[in-house]
Amino acid sequence: MPELVLQLTRAAFLALLWLFVFAALRVVRSDLYAASGLRAAPGRRPSRGGGTSKPGRGGGRSSGPKALIVTAGALAGTRIALDGRPIMLGRADDSTLVLDDDYASTRHARISQSGDDWYVEDLGSTNGTYLDRAKVTGPTKVPPGTPIRIGKTVIELRT
Amino acid sequence: MARPAQAAPGSGRSGSARPAVEAPADRTALRPIVAAAVSTRRGIELALLAFAAIITTGALVLVEANQNQELNLTLLYLGLGYLALFGAAHLAVRKFAPYADPVMLPCAALLNGLGLVMIHRIDLAKAVRAINLGNPAPDPDAVKQLAWLALGLVIFVVVMWRVNDHRALARYGFTAGFIGLVLLGLPAILPSTFSEVNGAKIWIRVGGAGIQPGEFAKILLTIFFASFLVSKRELFTTAGKHFLGMTFPRPRDLAPLLIAWVVAMGVLVFESDLGTSLMFFGIVLSMIYVATERSSWVLIGLVIFGAGAFAAWTFVSRVQLRVDVWLNPLGDPANTSFQVAQGLFGLATGGMLGTGLGAGRPDLVPLSSTDFIFTSMGEELGLVGLMALLLLYGLISTRALRTALAVRDTFGKLLAAGLGFTIMIQVFVVAGGVIDLIPNTGQAAPFMSYGGSSLVANYALVALVLRVSNAARQPASEKDKARAEPGQSPAAHRAPLAEANTEMVSRGEAATPPQGSPATPHEAAGAPYGGAVSPAAGATPPRGGPLAPSGHGPAGPNQPGPNQAGPNPPGPAGQSGPGAHRPGPVPPPSRDRTRSGEHADGGRTRE
Repeated sequence: MPELVLQLTRAAFLALLWLFVFAALRVVRSDLYAASGLRAAPGRRPSRGGGTSKPGRGGGRSSGPKALIVTAGALAGTRIALDGRPIMLGRADDSTLVLDDDYASTRHARISQSGDDWYVEDLGSTNGTYLDRAKVTGPTKVPPGTPIRIGKTVIELRT
Repeated sequence: MARPAQAAPGSGRSGSARPAVEAPADRTALRPIVAAAVSTRRGIELALLAFAAIITTGALVLVEANQNQELNLTLLYLGLGYLALFGAAHLAVRKFAPYADPVMLPCAALLNGLGLVMIHRIDLAKAVRAINLGNPAPDPDAVKQLAWLALGLVIFVVVMWRVNDHRALARYGFTAGFIGLVLLGLPAILPSTFSEVNGAKIWIRVGGAGIQPGEFAKILLTIFFASFLVSKRELFTTAGKHFLGMTFPRPRDLAPLLIAWVVAMGVLVFESDLGTSLMFFGIVLSMIYVATERSSWVLIGLVIFGAGAFAAWTFVSRVQLRVDVWLNPLGDPANTSFQVAQGLFGLATGGMLGTGLGAGRPDLVPLSSTDFIFTSMGEELGLVGLMALLLLYGLISTRALRTALAVRDTFGKLLAAGLGFTIMIQVFVVAGGVIDLIPNTGQAAPFMSYGGSSLVANYALVALVLRVSNAARQPASEKDKARAEPGQSPAAHRAPLAEANTEMVSRGEAATPPQGSPATPHEAAGAPYGGAVSPAAGATPPRGGPLAPSGHGPAGPNQPGPNQAGPNPPGPAGQSGPGAHRPGPVPPPSRDRTRSGEHADGGRTRE
């Protein structure tokens, strides 16, 4: 094979090899949030918004709470984006928010969405869940900004 | 009053009038959206596989051209055949694990394709040399490797197909550990005629064919460590002395690590192979580190491994030879260090950009298509090409670690992380050996080297990681659907406890409680959700036990309760230490059952 062609193909092949590496890295980059299950809210909204123009769902999207924030306790400052999926609270390591709190049960409470509103319900915890001052007995509507108390942990929904 | 749609089936019944009307509209609205939002990315995988096929075919064409072989359409067909093989694997992923990671399989495919081309290229050189010497040309290795590749992909598909849920593997932890240990130790016990090749006793050879059982042992042992660490993590996280900013374990808790150390040293001494030994011990250390987040374990492990290796160097002549070659690779280039020296010369010849595929002389290095394939690649692709290959390994490994971060169950986390570390450690051992960073060993580079055991085992490994990755990326609603498919009541299909509560109860199902569900309003009255959870917990005790040690009684007796007064940092899984906050030595027998009773007391109870 002529020397020039050899040199050209050699460089071209290496370029192709690196192109593959960069293509793979690109996929990895765009994949970073999708895999975690805790997808950042802005990335998800547009794709959902396209299909949620049905009556009864589309309007509430913009006005409902967007995040859950821990305001007191060991996890203070933690923020979880709300994407319509229920939030599990408790000491179990598969909870959405893992509470490392002596007074929390393994599966303590759940916060879930219905229509535009979010509801908290106690999952039979030992020490109970408190919404503002009242003990939560059944599924209870959570207005944004109202503290939910679990042991020493306090969380709020924020718009 | 509108009840939340995600309420337990029992409590939703009384207020069912309104949601039941809404349900059909909701269901049709929800499903396609979720499907669109969480893309499976299988198309990208296929595109990358096609790209890998193009690169591989290009490499083959370059080799043939530079070796003055005839260029014809056969090469194109070979490339298409390669694409077809991986296309089949891709279809299997599409069918069995549609949400699996899209990058791992193409990276493995490209490494494998380039390895095949290099093996073929060395076959050509060997044939030329044999003809010049007047000998018949040896059987081409590339054809055999192609057969191994086909077998490897069959194993890949079988693992995908049979292992529906990686968590089920946790139940076979000790079985896997036992078989893995036997596979690891068998070559040491067998007579040398069956197990020794080039000085390293890491083979089982019967007739002409041989396997390296260590390749399979690494996967089985990873499964074992993952299940062992999940069930016995507290053993590794009890507090000890603080020293140098690290929390050291108590001496009596070192037993598992010492056992692993003894096994690793046994492998080093009786199989004369630092690579297998280092890989085994490296997997143990990395998994303990992942499980406990304590660098002290790694430090202790490295120190005792170093001490053991030093002792082995003092007493075992075979190890001494390897170390001499390592310290002085050019000391005896015609004899003992011939291989390492030639490998270094090859890399030097390649330089930055390499000689070009098919234009170098990688065949001068002994075993250039197996243990020393890195130098062959380095000679013909140069440092630039070799770095790209190492990055591909890095991608495979980091995707496994990413999977470990994303998956929700502890066993899956440890399994994926362990398998990712396995690949990385093996690449380190091989690459470090050929560039004389560590003593050279007889390990195969994953996916690239000629060698059936390695190829088949590594495809099984990738299949396992893809399985875990599928579980990590699958949206909750899809899991729900899959579970409801067989037509039984959802309660019977409810996931093991580790997952029971996090699944999304879709609007439609919550509004119309499934027939035959055990969660009738009366049963569910005491605990709104507990009625649905408890049957699952009771039905699958073997699974729930090892997977959710924090929530269950069975893990309790293993805890040395009174000694756990120290701080107990949450592991990377975010799991709080199970026994750390319990004042009494004996935990309550089953918290799930007693919970609703305590609930009535109203007083604050420490758990």
